[in-house]
Amino acid sequence: MSDLNSAMTERYHNSFLREVEANVEEGEWVKMCMQCGVCAGSCPLGNAWEHTPQKLFMMIRAGKREAVLSSDSMWMCTSCYNCIARCPRGLPITHIMHGLAHYAKRLGLAPKNQPTAQFSQIFWDNLMKKGRVNELKLGLSVYFKDGFGQGIKNALANKQLGQNMMKAKRMNAMEFFGGHSIKDTSGLQKMIKKAQEIEDAKIQGNS
Amino acid sequence: MAKKEVSYYPGCSSQTGASSSNMMRATQTMCDELDIQLNEIPDWNCCGASIGYGSGGELPRLTLSARNIALSEQHNPGQEIVATCAACWLSTREAKERLHEDANMFRDANTALNEINLKLNNQTPVRHMVEVLVEDIGFEAIKAKIKKPLQGLKIASYVGCQTNRPFGIAEESFENPVYLDHLIESVGADSIPTYEKKVQCCGGALAFSEPEKSQEMIHGIIEAAYDHGADLIATPCPLCQANVEIYQDQINARFGSKFNMPVVYYSQLMSVAFGRNSKDSALDGQIIRAKSLEDIAGK
Repeated sequence: MSDLNSAMTERYHNSFLREVEANVEEGEWVKMCMQCGVCAGSCPLGNAWEHTPQKLFMMIRAGKREAVLSSDSMWMCTSCYNCIARCPRGLPITHIMHGLAHYAKRLGLAPKNQPTAQFSQIFWDNLMKKGRVNELKLGLSVYFKDGFGQGIKNALANKQLGQNMMKAKRMNAMEFFGGHSIKDTSGLQKMIKKAQEIEDAKIQGNS
Repeated sequence: MAKKEVSYYPGCSSQTGASSSNMMRATQTMCDELDIQLNEIPDWNCCGASIGYGSGGELPRLTLSARNIALSEQHNPGQEIVATCAACWLSTREAKERLHEDANMFRDANTALNEINLKLNNQTPVRHMVEVLVEDIGFEAIKAKIKKPLQGLKIASYVGCQTNRPFGIAEESFENPVYLDHLIESVGADSIPTYEKKVQCCGGALAFSEPEKSQEMIHGIIEAAYDHGADLIATPCPLCQANVEIYQDQINARFGSKFNMPVVYYSQLMSVAFGRNSKDSALDGQIIRAKSLEDIAGK
């Protein structure tokens, strides 16, 4: 168990709802859910979610901490915002799903090998290097995330796609060597480090 | 029409050699014709898109967009920020609103920005290019510019998610926005008002991480366009365009379909209708050629 996870368990041992309200993005909205299920019925990948937003909200109130934070459901959010548009109580459900996923990752409870959790890390690392996304390296990192052998298989399976994109000048092999960048990369990294420190301190302070 | 200047946020995928560089080229052509001057935000950075939340966290993510808004306020003062990418627009507008509503978050974002001597005033409107077209230019002014109407083309308007939810275009419904149908009609083509996949999700970023689940949704988007006799699908969103166009081979292999449906941007439709050639309209950036548009552009 990570140190932060232990500290949070200790601090909020009787109320997972309070923990979510204090530490999860837009978490203070969870108690407003009236369990109508419109979110569950509106989610484009709802069939794949073991725990729909409606269920997650009830589980949070029921104190099912481990089950919520280790769920892979919220990692299947496509950010379509259907649930936000339709929620009769006006809950910012998409943001709460993002917030729960991020908080689970922060505590080391996100499911290992969840493909979108892995992709989100690859994406963030990619954009932090140059301040802009390098699409070629992003694609290659996704292909090779499960090792070299699997990477070659993935790359071969998508060879035609890559060639099509290059022919249309919508992918550039030269991006492998450097590629697009902002000028002030070190400034951007410094700024984000500061933002992370502020956020970490806020959550540590709650632990 | 007086020249309109905007502070332009193109986004990562619009850069040369990137996946929606074709959108960038057609946007430039369309704006030249409409007398809109795009003043790029100097040294803009990635917005974090809809997948940055996993590792990024709330404040770091909002700070990414705060930097872009602050740079815009410093270098393009008095100009509205305009984005063409759905995710860029959504992230930037979301940051602007969240930092407006939450004084602590606003203070914290400025503390981070202070590391690089930037300051966010957060007084700048953040708009989508479609809002500029619909609200500032207007359908009548667009119609007046048409040199080559796209007569006889039947075009499915695929609006997708993030140009539509959670903010949407003013006065439009989330379930059935009609601005894209109006744009399609303004350039002389036929829209398909009953196209039922208009606001269906394509999977977004999950097209990379969950290809099976996403391609099932994309299959439905294309199949419905065929069912309505569409010649083309048109969309405002770079990720919708890519997801619906580039995986058609893989979808055909997976589902036994024979899809070969061109997917274009509204800006490409407008560029062709304004009389510009295939290259200016970025039709050479298609993976599935839009032959019907090339024919009109070549006339």
